[in-house]
Amino acid sequence: MSAQAHASNHYYLPNGTYWPIIGSVGLFTTMVGAATWLEDMGFGKYIFLLGLLIILFMMFGWFGTVIRESEGGIYNTQVDRSFRWGMTWFIFSEVMFFGAFFGALFFARMFVEPWLGGSSNNLFTNLLLWKGYEPGWPSNGPGNVGGSFEAMSATGIAALNTLILLSSGLTVTIAHWGLKQGNRKKLCWFLLFTIILGFSFVILQAHEYIEAYTHQNLTLGSGIYGSTFFMLTGFHGLHVTIGAIMLSVILLRSLKGHFTPNHHFAFEAVSWYWHFVDVVWLGLFIFVYWL
Amino acid sequence: MSTATVAHEHHAEHPSGIWRWITTTNHKDIGTLYLVFSLIMFFIGGAFAMLIRAELFEPGMQLMDPLFFNEMTTLHGLIMIFGAIMPAFVGLANWMIPMMVGAPDMALPRMNNWSFWILPFAMLLLLSTMFMPGGGPAGGWTMYPPLMLQTGVAFPFVIFAVHMLGISSVMGAINVIATILNLRAPGMSLMKMPLFVWSWLITAYLLIAVMPVLAGAVTMMLTDKYFGTSFFNAAGGGDPVLYQHVFWFFGHPEVYIMILPAFGIISEIIPTFARKPLFGYSSMVYAISSIAFLSFIVWAHHMFTVGMPLTAQLFFMFTTMLIAVPTGVKVFNWVATMWRGSLSFETPMLFAIAFVILFTIGGFSGVMLALVPADYQYHQTYFVVAHFHYVLVTGAAFAIMGAVYYWLPKWTGHMYNETLAKWHFWLTAISANVLYFPMHFLGLAGMPRRIPDYPVQFTDLNMLASIGGFAFGLAQLLFVFVIFQCVRGGKKAEARAWEGAHGLEWTLPSPPPYHSFTEPPAAQLIWAHPYRDD
Repeated sequence: MSAQAHASNHYYLPNGTYWPIIGSVGLFTTMVGAATWLEDMGFGKYIFLLGLLIILFMMFGWFGTVIRESEGGIYNTQVDRSFRWGMTWFIFSEVMFFGAFFGALFFARMFVEPWLGGSSNNLFTNLLLWKGYEPGWPSNGPGNVGGSFEAMSATGIAALNTLILLSSGLTVTIAHWGLKQGNRKKLCWFLLFTIILGFSFVILQAHEYIEAYTHQNLTLGSGIYGSTFFMLTGFHGLHVTIGAIMLSVILLRSLKGHFTPNHHFAFEAVSWYWHFVDVVWLGLFIFVYWL
Repeated sequence: MSTATVAHEHHAEHPSGIWRWITTTNHKDIGTLYLVFSLIMFFIGGAFAMLIRAELFEPGMQLMDPLFFNEMTTLHGLIMIFGAIMPAFVGLANWMIPMMVGAPDMALPRMNNWSFWILPFAMLLLLSTMFMPGGGPAGGWTMYPPLMLQTGVAFPFVIFAVHMLGISSVMGAINVIATILNLRAPGMSLMKMPLFVWSWLITAYLLIAVMPVLAGAVTMMLTDKYFGTSFFNAAGGGDPVLYQHVFWFFGHPEVYIMILPAFGIISEIIPTFARKPLFGYSSMVYAISSIAFLSFIVWAHHMFTVGMPLTAQLFFMFTTMLIAVPTGVKVFNWVATMWRGSLSFETPMLFAIAFVILFTIGGFSGVMLALVPADYQYHQTYFVVAHFHYVLVTGAAFAIMGAVYYWLPKWTGHMYNETLAKWHFWLTAISANVLYFPMHFLGLAGMPRRIPDYPVQFTDLNMLASIGGFAFGLAQLLFVFVIFQCVRGGKKAEARAWEGAHGLEWTLPSPPPYHSFTEPPAAQLIWAHPYRDD
C-alpha cells in the first residue's frame, strides 16, 4: 500500500506498544527513588537517577517511533488534529499548575499578611500570637523565618530576562516563517538564536539564584517570600530548560531535513510551549518581581 | 471498503497473553483493564470500610489502635475516589465513547495505554505505605497540614502517588477531549451527541483544570516538610488554611468529576427503559455545563468553620445553593422522561431509579450543609459522612453498577442473569440505606467523623449502620458473580440488547468488533438516537 493511501481518509490505529509500560516503570522508579532520597533511606538518589534514565529511554523510543511514523507519511489530518488538541490541553494543565502557586502568592499577600497583622476578625491572632507584627511585603512572616533578606528587584536581571524571553518569542516566530517559506537556513538560524536566548535566560537565572543565596540571604527558607519566589521562578526555570531542550531537538530535526511547510506539528507544539513559558514569565515579572 | 481493510491490516499482529494487556492500544482492552482495576480497588477500599464498621460496631477500642483506624479512613477515601470511582468512569468512557460517537478507537491510543498503566503503580505506591515505619497516611483523604506533616516515612510516597494519579487522570482526560472533538462521525454535531459523551466532555475539562492544582497543593506540602518553605506555616507568613483553599479548589470540581459521568449514564438508561426520548436534551447539556462552571466558585463551603470573612461565607453559601437549580433541572428531566413512558424494570433501570431518588436525598443534605449557620453544627460530624456517601455510593457507584448491567450484554455478547442481578440490586439498595441513613441522625446528634470510639448513646445507630455495611459488602460478591457468569456465557445478546435502546453503540454486533467503527457510520444511523424527536 502506498504512503498516499495511508495519508488519505482512513482512521489511524497504532499497534500495541511497549513504551507506556516502560514509562510507568520509569515513573514508579523515579518516585520511589525521590521518596527514599527525601527520607534518607538506602540508595534513594541512585534509584531516582535510574528512574530518570528509564523515562529518558522511554521518551527517546516513543518520540522516535512517532517521528518515524510522521516522516513516513502515516499520519493524516485527523491524527494531526488529535495531536493539536492533546498539546493544547496539556499546556492548559500546566497553566493550572502554575495557577496553584500564583494563587498561593496572592492569598499570602492579600489575606494572610493583613490577618497576621490583626485585620478583619483576627485581632487576637495578632495580639496573642504575633504581638507587634507589622504586615507588609516582602515578608518572611512574624517569625522572621530564615532571617532578614534582601528582596528581588524588577530592574537588573529580571528586566534583562524579560527582554531575553520576549525576544526569543520573536525569533521562534521568525523561524516559523522561515519554515513556512521553505527557507531552511532561516529556520535553523533563528531556532539556534531562540535556543541561545533560552539557555542565556537559564544561566542568568542561575546567577540570580547564586546571588540570592550568597549575598542577599534570600533562600527557599526565607518565609513566604522565599517560598513563593523560588517555587514560582524555579518551576518556570525548569520549564524554560525543558522548552530549550525541546527546541534543540527541533533544531536537530530541522538540520536533518524534517518538516515541510505544511506538515510540521512538532515545531508548532514546541513553539506553543515556548510562548506559554513566555507568558508565565510575564506573570512572574509583574507579580513576583515588580508589584 | 478499502478504508476498512487498511485499518485491519494495520492491526493484524498483537501479542497474546499478559503482554496483550500490557501493550494494548485498543479502547476496549483498556476499558476492560480500567473496569477490572476499579473493581479490585472497590473491594480493597471496601475491606477497609468493613474494618471501620467493625471497630464502630460498639463503643470502646476493640480491633485496632487509633492510628490504624485513621489510616483506614484515609486510605478508604483515597482508594475509593482515585482507585474505584474515577477509574470506573474512565473505563466506561474508554469502552463507550468511541462506539457512541462512531469512531474506531480513542484519538490517542498509545497515551491511552499509559494513562491506565500508571494507575496500578500509583496504587502500589500508596498501598505500600501501610507497611512502612510509622504507618500509612492517617490525616484523612484531604491531607490537611499540619496534621498530615506528622506522617512518618510514608509521607513522600503518598505525595508522589497523588502526583502519579494526577498525571494519569490528565492524560486520560486529554484523550477523551481529543476523541470527542475530533473523531465524531460525520453529521454528529455536538448537540446530537449522546449525553454520556457530553457529560464526559465536561468532566474531562474539569479534570485537566483541577488535577494540576492538587499536584501544586501537595507539592507545597512536600517542600514545606523537606525544603524549608513556609506555605502552610504562619510563623513564616504562610497559612495552613491556604492548603485548604488550594485543595478544595481541586476538591469541589473533583466531586463533580465523580458525579457528572453518572448523570450521563442515568440519561442513557432512563430513556431506554421508559421507551421515550430523553426529556429536555438541551437543558440537560446546559445544566451539566452550569454545574461544572459553578463547581469552580463554591469550594470554601467545605471549610466554613475554619475562619473566613463573613462576605466570603455568604458568597460561597449562595453560589453553593445555586447548584441546586441545574441539578434540579436534571432530576425533573429524568422524572419527566419516565412520565407516561412504557416502563420496564430491568436491573439497569432499577439502579437508575434508585439513583434518582437516593442521589436527590444526598443533594438535599448538601443544601442543608450549604447553609453557613447550619453547617457550623453539622461540620465534621457523621451528617457529612451520610451526605457524601449518598451522593458517591448511592449516586456515583449505583450509576456505575447500572452502567455495567446496561452495557454488559454489549461488551460480552451475553445477557446476564436477571434474577440474580435483581437480587444484587435489592440487597445493595436496602443495605446501603441501612448503612448510611442512620448516619444522618448520628451526625445531627453530634457524633464526630473520623473517630474510632464514641459515647454509649450512639451505639444503637452505629450497630445498625455496621450491619448494613456488612450486608452491603457481602452483596457486592453477588455483583462479581453475576459479571463473571455473564462473561463466561449466557443467553446470546442481540446487537440491540434492550428493546428501547438507541444510539450508535447498539448498531454494532454484541460483542462489537475489535475496532468499533473502522469507517465512519452512515449519517442516517446517527439520527436514530433517542434524544431528540426531530
